[in-house]
Amino acid sequence: MSASRFDQAAVQDILRSAEALRWELGRDYHDRVVETVYADAAGIADRAVTREGDRPRFDLDATIDRLVTSRVWGLPIMLLLLMLVFWLTITGANLPSNWIASVLIGRIYPALKQGAEAVLIPHWVSGMLIDGMYLSTAWVVSVMLPPMAIFFPLFTLLEDFGYLPRVAFNLDNFFKKAGAHGRQSLTMVMGFGCNAAGVVATRIIDSPRERLIAIITNNFALCNGRWPTQILIAGVFLGTLVSAQLAGLVSAASVVAIALLGVGLTLVASWVLSRTMLKGQPSTFSLELPPYRPPRVFQTLYTSLIDRTIYILWRAIVFAAPAGLVIWLVANVHLGGPSLAEILVNLLDPVGLFIGLNGVILLAYIVAVPANEIVIPTILMLTVLMTGVTGVGQGAGVIFQLDSQQTLQSLLTAGGWSLLTAVNLMLFSLIHNPCSTTIYTIYKETGSVKWTAVATLMPLILGVSVTFVVAQIWHLLAGAI
Amino acid sequence: MPEPLIRLLIAAGLASLAALLFWPGSGLAPRWREARRASERVLIEDTLKHLYEFKLTGLKPSLESLAGALSVPLDRVARLLPLMQKHSLVEYEAGEIQLTPRGREYALHILRAHRLWERHLADETGYPEMEWHDRAEAIEHVLTPSQADSLAEHLGNPTYDPHGDPIPAATGEMAPLAGGSLAQATDDHLRVVHIEDEPQAIYAQLVAEGLHPGLELRIIERSSERIVVWAADREHTLAPIVANNVTVIPITTPPPQPGFEQRRLSSLEVGEQARVVAISRATRGPERRRLMDLGLLPGTLIEASLRSPGGDPTAYLVRGALIALRREQADQIAITSSEEAKL
Repeated sequence: MSASRFDQAAVQDILRSAEALRWELGRDYHDRVVETVYADAAGIADRAVTREGDRPRFDLDATIDRLVTSRVWGLPIMLLLLMLVFWLTITGANLPSNWIASVLIGRIYPALKQGAEAVLIPHWVSGMLIDGMYLSTAWVVSVMLPPMAIFFPLFTLLEDFGYLPRVAFNLDNFFKKAGAHGRQSLTMVMGFGCNAAGVVATRIIDSPRERLIAIITNNFALCNGRWPTQILIAGVFLGTLVSAQLAGLVSAASVVAIALLGVGLTLVASWVLSRTMLKGQPSTFSLELPPYRPPRVFQTLYTSLIDRTIYILWRAIVFAAPAGLVIWLVANVHLGGPSLAEILVNLLDPVGLFIGLNGVILLAYIVAVPANEIVIPTILMLTVLMTGVTGVGQGAGVIFQLDSQQTLQSLLTAGGWSLLTAVNLMLFSLIHNPCSTTIYTIYKETGSVKWTAVATLMPLILGVSVTFVVAQIWHLLAGAI
Repeated sequence: MPEPLIRLLIAAGLASLAALLFWPGSGLAPRWREARRASERVLIEDTLKHLYEFKLTGLKPSLESLAGALSVPLDRVARLLPLMQKHSLVEYEAGEIQLTPRGREYALHILRAHRLWERHLADETGYPEMEWHDRAEAIEHVLTPSQADSLAEHLGNPTYDPHGDPIPAATGEMAPLAGGSLAQATDDHLRVVHIEDEPQAIYAQLVAEGLHPGLELRIIERSSERIVVWAADREHTLAPIVANNVTVIPITTPPPQPGFEQRRLSSLEVGEQARVVAISRATRGPERRRLMDLGLLPGTLIEASLRSPGGDPTAYLVRGALIALRREQADQIAITSSEEAKL
């Protein structure tokens, strides 16, 4: 039963002839193996599996498919469904967002402050913990949770039903021209909800090159955390340029224009990447269109809440709490006379002004890297700190939001803002490095420091270049008039 | 001049400077790296490789032919050969440059590393085929024998590179490279077994014509000016100098008749059915594996079901699953005519 039973010489003989025959295997050897495996499998299946006649694909499926991929109706249906999802998300999130904010920030926050004073906790401890960590975390939760809790389940329902692969099928031609995969349209839409979720969603792209493209360019999809910034700034600075009747239209149009610019940048960046850095990554294409099936509503709600919403929210909190601490410290640590924030803002101001922004905005983007949601509150806090405007805000290091557009505009104008600052902030908000949650997710998904660095630095460099060019052309035109 | 304009100009200047320095391929930094690569060791290794290839083709190497093949000045080769002799890589026999056994072993390793890397590029990366050779030229000097061994193992010990050149085993054994040049072929029914990838200008023409190892062709016309062949469903007209870089072997099963129209999957109208005949040899690597994994094998029944509003891709019903493929992919899949499919 052991090898010793065989004549050692005979074994050597066999090995030798195998080695010699190896050269005669020919080139199609691997193909022939796959073909034989399939032929055998088909033979076994034919004997073992009985099929109910040669029925065509279930009629309803074919009818839906003909409708949603038709030349005339395919794209309108897709746009309508997407708009419906966005509309439900935005209107539906408003109420719970306000409610969470009124509880976490309106009630619990003052209660915590009073409690801390009552038990004589030193000012700097309560500042770090409550004004810093608690407040920014509460902020992120109230702004982030409701839209995500609505958007992701809706998206998952469409996915579960089987509609999303048809969207990829409809849009593949656009993405093909940019060297990308049709499924990137889905990860991009997902990115409108949250870039970190969009990056995770690129797992549906099975081709290595196209997946990396989708990961690196996902940041150009204007995410949930950045929509409020765009809407606010557009309303305050662009809407006020025209008459009151047109204000809403103009600010809405400019926000949509920014989002569309993001889509355009996604395609352009994909095109460039697929022809330069990612040329050597292997690429394949196939897109399965699974049969339609009734969505499993409760399972969908459960998995999208656990897998996407809670998971992303948890990561955001993990990053937001320390950021709150840093924001508070920056505003409250004094080196000699001025606070750290004042020193940093003054340092960053020349750079900021050079690209049509200012030091406050740059510092806010640096300390608020964990979540785009707290950029505007941080900008407001820092502006109050720098200008010494009284009557707004709640003290150094305490981030806040203003309800009135007039107050906001006068505060920001006092902070030295011009129309150029507003336009460039909108541009920079679209084109800058991903938030730290997304960066971490990119690292987890690619497992590569190199691609994480590319995905982080490429938008940042692009954003600085774009704002720089816009600022200089702006000055040029302003000087010429 | 207004200040913003000056700033813009300075920025544009800096951007072009950066492009000049770092542009892939033609920038100064890549060129500098390229120049540094042409070190003494690299030249020696290239010389060994060329000497080995000269011996295979039966040509007698000379200083001039080596300098030409390496594209370096004659002086440099003249300085190089005594050095190689000192390291007992080459020897002179009856005034002729010969490889010593040690030199031959070294040359085989370089050849093995080069061809294995080309196989890797073809099977596992997305680089276009025009770039394989140059990339392998760079890697062959870096790969150690043990790295080459593990690469070979990882690739499943391939016996041929994507151009049809045999890959030497670690022992130095090599698959036979049979056949002769297409320019001198006397038979009419042939199969391409090898495409020479040097010089690039000729290789580019062969790639553009879509010729690749595995292709079966029929000679229609041969004259001193041109060679016309029919392959699958296309006519190719080649200059003799181009045809000379294609190696062919005679085959017994006749290839398609001139005028034969191979139906391709891309021509299948929505609602039509056909059977798969073959996936073109030009589809290789992960792409080919993917198509085969989906069950697109000779004899498989396939039906075009949906066309995207953009005109591309098209969804096909294969073995009960609805799979969308792009036009370029469907172009590479030969199918039967629809009447045959009903059988």
